[in-house]
Amino acid sequence: MSGWIRVCALDEIAPQGSRVVASSQGDIAIFRTADDSVFGLHDKCPHKGGPLSQGIVHGDTVTCPLHGFKIGLKDGEAVAPDKGCTRRFEVKAEDGTVWLQLN
Amino acid sequence: MKKQKLVVVGNGMAGIRAVEELLKLAPDLYDITVFGAEPHPNYNRILLSPVLAGEMTIKDIILNPLGWYADNGVRLHVGKTVTKIDRTARKVIADDGTEEEYDRLLLATGSMPFILPIPGRDLPGVISYRDIKDTDEMIATAATHKHAVVIGGGLLGLEAANGLKLRGMDVTVVHLMPWLMERQLDKSAADMLKTSLEARGLKFLLEKQTEALIRGESGRVCALRFKDGLEIPADLVVMAAGIRPNTALAESAKIYCNRGIVVNDTMQTYDPRIYAVGECVAHRGIAYGLVAPLFEQAKVCANHLANFGIARYSGSVLSTKLKVTGIDLFSAGNFMGGEGTDEIVLNDPSGGVYKKLVVKNDTLVGAVLYGDTADGAWYFQLVKDAQNIHEIRDHLMFGQNHVGDVGHAGKTHAAAMPDDAQVCGCNGVCKGDIVKAIKSQGLFTLEDVRKHTKASSSCGSCTGLVEQILASTVGGAYTPSESKNKPMCGCTDHSHGVVRQTIREQHLLTIPELMRYMEWKTPSGCASCRPALNYYLISTWPGEAKDDPQSRFINERAHANIQTDGTYSVVPRMWGGLTTPAELRTIAEVAEKYEVPTVKMTGGARIDLLGIKKEDLPKVWADLGAAGMVSGHAYGKSIRTVKTCVGAEHCRFGTQRSMAMGVKLERMLFGMWSPHKVKLAVSGCPRNCAEAGIKDIGVIGVDSGYELYVAGNGGIKTEVAQFLCKVKSDEEVMEYSGAFLQLYREEGFYLERTCHYVARVGLDHVKAAVVDDPVKRKELHERLLFALQDYEDPWQAAVEKPAVRREYQIIKLEEATAGVAS
Repeated sequence: MSGWIRVCALDEIAPQGSRVVASSQGDIAIFRTADDSVFGLHDKCPHKGGPLSQGIVHGDTVTCPLHGFKIGLKDGEAVAPDKGCTRRFEVKAEDGTVWLQLN
Repeated sequence: MKKQKLVVVGNGMAGIRAVEELLKLAPDLYDITVFGAEPHPNYNRILLSPVLAGEMTIKDIILNPLGWYADNGVRLHVGKTVTKIDRTARKVIADDGTEEEYDRLLLATGSMPFILPIPGRDLPGVISYRDIKDTDEMIATAATHKHAVVIGGGLLGLEAANGLKLRGMDVTVVHLMPWLMERQLDKSAADMLKTSLEARGLKFLLEKQTEALIRGESGRVCALRFKDGLEIPADLVVMAAGIRPNTALAESAKIYCNRGIVVNDTMQTYDPRIYAVGECVAHRGIAYGLVAPLFEQAKVCANHLANFGIARYSGSVLSTKLKVTGIDLFSAGNFMGGEGTDEIVLNDPSGGVYKKLVVKNDTLVGAVLYGDTADGAWYFQLVKDAQNIHEIRDHLMFGQNHVGDVGHAGKTHAAAMPDDAQVCGCNGVCKGDIVKAIKSQGLFTLEDVRKHTKASSSCGSCTGLVEQILASTVGGAYTPSESKNKPMCGCTDHSHGVVRQTIREQHLLTIPELMRYMEWKTPSGCASCRPALNYYLISTWPGEAKDDPQSRFINERAHANIQTDGTYSVVPRMWGGLTTPAELRTIAEVAEKYEVPTVKMTGGARIDLLGIKKEDLPKVWADLGAAGMVSGHAYGKSIRTVKTCVGAEHCRFGTQRSMAMGVKLERMLFGMWSPHKVKLAVSGCPRNCAEAGIKDIGVIGVDSGYELYVAGNGGIKTEVAQFLCKVKSDEEVMEYSGAFLQLYREEGFYLERTCHYVARVGLDHVKAAVVDDPVKRKELHERLLFALQDYEDPWQAAVEKPAVRREYQIIKLEEATAGVAS
């Protein structure tokens, strides 16, 4: 497993917002929740591939902008009764900086 | 803290629903123990009829499998009947000696079938129709015996008779009253029902009183004798002559009962530690026998068990749907009429259609439908909401036509549809999928069906059809959601109306402030309520409440329209649909420079540039902005376009300068956010080439001025705009249109188009504010102008402000630096 890579300053992601990171493993959506936790998911909804980074963040869930699938930020699992899972990435925020670990 | 003990006596639909509601509200408050007399987990009793008819199996109708109890930490005693409540020691004792202590006790003992006190009632072969055991016995008897007699021509009796007939028995229904289902139907509808059941081979004996059941040689019942001496053969007698609340246990514990366990509006009995719900209960003197009211009771009871203390049950209006496949029958409310009521009747015996609506003081109080029940849910809603029907009285009988025009091949009758017919054209859901989900998942509401099947969850045009399928599958258990007080979403119990009102009265300015004040159940709402709240705040307090971009759908955040592949489309504004060679040249250059794959004309007669990458958006806008073009808002719940015809400027028929009028309107409304999208059109003469008849506001020029039409819609359900008034000058067109839109902005619910808004509040209400009252009209118009006065072009902001621009930038990861950090 590789180490932590700097993504951006925490301030560069709006609370309840997200940014897209282009990586060798595809686009990764980095989310910041209202309580400043950060999460990383593959930027593709398990339903029809919608960009999750463009969804509305509420609690620790994001709603896909295309058809409203709700995806848990912690585990990438669709909220029941929807089914599906998107890949998650290790992300952390320390001293105002956001870090990402590629799988 | 040590958990309190809750004991539930009764493992049926009401008791377990109360437990489910309680677990939702306060999952850790109680140790819960449930006693059930039957040896089964909770099952869907109302689906016993399809089981009997051979359309389903017992397995299909289990609502809570044993695993559910274990998963939720609920202890279950099945096959144990509680025989005693010791209120002093606060414990219950079952027939096998099992004892459980309680801090709070919930009685949900259900009802007992009424057994006629006649000789022979104890003979083998004489049963009631109440549970799985009865159903199994009927199925077994049908395989070995010939003659069945069902005593009771009510809902249950007819479903039993139908099932036994389908299982091959020769069935006679005996009824004391002059017509069938007299508690749910009037005579006309009942006669039609009888005719069609007779055509299926059922026999009926009405106004017959049973005197005795006669024992045959085998010891089993063999015949039935009436008071008038007539005897008919009977190998099986099903007593379905009504139910009685099962109050034996409560009465033995000296809890006050009067035709049921008496409860108050919080479902509490006369012992404050003991609650009761379901068919065993008498609430305000009424014992309910259908499942929909029981669910309402369960919800209220759970609220109080959870110590929330705010819910009240104030009784239910009932509706009935017979679950006999192929027969459409619906009744609700006071369908018999009486003093002070009018009846509107449509009777077509050969066509097999009968409808009766009972109206009192301009509200609908009851309905009976036979043959065509498509509008049952709508009528039921009107009854429950006590909505004033004065304006729609003349066409009330012809239904709501709320099934949209599109997406389901024009089908409007659920019962007649085959299982493989597509219901939801957006999500590709067939009738069979919906029926299967309703049955196997135990769904009762439209919301549940939407969640599980996605049917009607996108454009909603098939909502009416899905409601019909739901109603015909679960019968009397179906409750249409209350349109008036429906909660906004799962995050709150408050309706859109209450939220809007509270924002105004309490001068709330931010979403967190509002969520605290109104006790939102989720920490930061959801994708459904947050955009609504943001709109309500900024439209109620323009200049004070700050727009929250994170609570807007991506299109309004990015000021472009997200496409299926994640790219965006850009539509530059063209005021009134007018453009210039210079603008067209700019658009062409932008399209080439950014390799825009598709360029097309929109329905609003604007140019759409499709397939632009998000990170290119600010650059595209900068180029368009340099040529003086601004955002066309083709993406928002906002003013979209004002479509115009050529008008008197060029057209030989034109009476008014429609292009100029359209440009003025569009400039006035630039930057207007609204509950839903708003489209206008201006035509220069009654030929109406701009199609103003299906717009939110349609302006049609005539020689003496303009006619104004409002609340048209060309989408899911085509709605012709309604005539508002006639005005003389351009200034008046601006003022009246502005006032109407401001009224809609202030009173409309989020995602409610003007056609739905006007249907809800009534055109008279709109006319009173916009046409009849010049002071109010001017105030409305001024408030609109005030709200729009400082609106900046959002494209310009995105180009100029780095913080906004960041939204569009992709972060390039420097993967080579991996491993540097802590």
